Amino acid sequence: MGTRPRGQRHWATALIAGGLAFGAPLLAAAQEAAGDPTVEVMAGACTFCHGPDGNGLGAATPSIAGLPVETFEYMMQSYREDMNPSTVMGRIARGYDDEQITALAVYFGDKPFERLPQPWIDQALVAEGKDLAAEYCESCHENEGRDGEGVGILAGQKLQYMRFSVADFLSGAREMERRQARKFRDLMDDHGPDGFEKILNYYASVK
Amino acid sequence: MSITRRGFLTATAATATVLGVAGLPHIARAAGPRFVVVGGGPAGATTAKYLKRMDPAAEVTLIEANPTYTTCFMSNEVLAGDRDIATLQVGYDGLRGHGVTVVHDRVTGIDADAKTVATAGGESLAYDRVVVAPGIDFRYDAIEGYSAEAAEVMPHAWKAGPQTTLLRQQLEAMDDGGTVIVSGPPNPFRCPPGPYERISLIAHYLKRHKPRSKILVLDAKDKFSKMPLFLQAWEQFYGYGTDNSMIEWVSKTDGGTVTAVNPATMEVTAVAGTFKGDVVNIIPPQKAGALAFEAGLVEDGWAPVNKGTFESLVTPGVHVLGDSSVAASMPKSGSSANSQAKAAAAGALALAKGEAPPVPHLANACYSIGGPDFGFSVAAVYAYDDFENALKPVAGAGGVSPLDAGAEARRRELFYAHSWFENIKADIWG
Repeated sequence: MGTRPRGQRHWATALIAGGLAFGAPLLAAAQEAAGDPTVEVMAGACTFCHGPDGNGLGAATPSIAGLPVETFEYMMQSYREDMNPSTVMGRIARGYDDEQITALAVYFGDKPFERLPQPWIDQALVAEGKDLAAEYCESCHENEGRDGEGVGILAGQKLQYMRFSVADFLSGAREMERRQARKFRDLMDDHGPDGFEKILNYYASVK
Repeated sequence: MSITRRGFLTATAATATVLGVAGLPHIARAAGPRFVVVGGGPAGATTAKYLKRMDPAAEVTLIEANPTYTTCFMSNEVLAGDRDIATLQVGYDGLRGHGVTVVHDRVTGIDADAKTVATAGGESLAYDRVVVAPGIDFRYDAIEGYSAEAAEVMPHAWKAGPQTTLLRQQLEAMDDGGTVIVSGPPNPFRCPPGPYERISLIAHYLKRHKPRSKILVLDAKDKFSKMPLFLQAWEQFYGYGTDNSMIEWVSKTDGGTVTAVNPATMEVTAVAGTFKGDVVNIIPPQKAGALAFEAGLVEDGWAPVNKGTFESLVTPGVHVLGDSSVAASMPKSGSSANSQAKAAAAGALALAKGEAPPVPHLANACYSIGGPDFGFSVAAVYAYDDFENALKPVAGAGGVSPLDAGAEARRRELFYAHSWFENIKADIWG
């Protein structure tokens, strides 16, 4: 689930700089290490929940493949700092240092995001959801939500995971960017919770 | 597999000289290191799959007696009537698709000097490294009167499959007002929270269908995994701590350790006394799987290993992992086995090639279900310390779900439990 609209990356950068800095040298080292068995073994501890290569079949655990490195790092950082509600990810993310997180980000970033079947999608909501998404989401979640740069990938992401994320944004448990907050407020005012449900079913259905 | 290693290499080299290796990928493939993996459960199947993923040139043969495997994880939902056992059953076509040679046979011996594995089907498979993952076996002799035959009356259901179905049928056939006895095993054992999830989900079933029934837990321990969270679920759903509790738990201190059973009378004798059950689920004390014993890999009931590579400390060249091994402080869980298997695969590959094995950074995550919309978890990340040969929890990480998490958090953990189940099956056998 996206946390920041395009063009507002400074927020996350500032957050990360305030904690532990992920830098260019780390990234270069991580890219070099992508084929390293140590990284493959470490990444293997992610896939028993997230599925092979980070693409799962379950309804709730998000796919973590194909994300921009910075987005993956930002998510792990937010779990480490308890800025993003989770079941186990807070407890797990604190087990990895910056270098390890960057290595994992590069490893999973190289894997394709697979849009696996989600039989629980309510197809009756998809067409309307697509129209709503065009109005409220597409300006940041470009290419039908496939482009993850700065915002995470919505297209084909797990429906239940996106529902949890939206609930956390709406409750304030997870911080929203100003622009995102405005869009969420407008969508809620105009269409209520059903509007979110339609949009999420649409994004989950994108192939 | 009648070609010896030496002869095989000579033949390959000769062919390569004449024709050149570049144009013959099947010959290049055949020149990779050879691995035999024994046991197609979570540990063995993951190792076989990831050996091929990490080195497509490796020759990997998995030997597993059964054409399908039934996962222990989520089998407690089958006992509750909430899940079809078919969803626990997996086959081996996924592994075949990754290039693993799957042989349904039983291993009769491992010759660590000759580096061969012999099977009941009469095959002798040569290997560079062998991986043994035989799971658990039961210490039947620890409970007088208990045996494989007695388990047909008083099922353990601690290896999923027909035993799971049997226990489910017994629960269904029991009259309302009956008593279910569940015995908790001493440490260490497969799936530390498993008995308590089972008690929770049997209670969940009885509450809906046979509400006057009781569950008597006779435990060989004074505390157990995720105990405060289970007790919270039992209080919330099953009246635990009140006069009308569906569950009575007898600790070791209170005489819960089971010493004898009598299947003819359905009596269970613990230190505290003898109790009669209408359904009796004995989860016996455990030890490493039989093959680990037969191959001489065991000390004090379990197989000691180098926890970086899972190579046996008793017999070099043989890796032992999964529930059979001593991988403390990681628990014997499906997630642990899956995570460890990747370290074992990478380690075995490196050692087969004379390279330094990676230093593993592993993890465990384990969800339990305490009642309707009520899940919780334990998670930890482990770093390998080669000086102490220990898998140490990374400080600051890990732990169990907070006791004061709200209903929404508990509900989400159930979703994540079910997602984990689908995804770990795919990661192991898919």
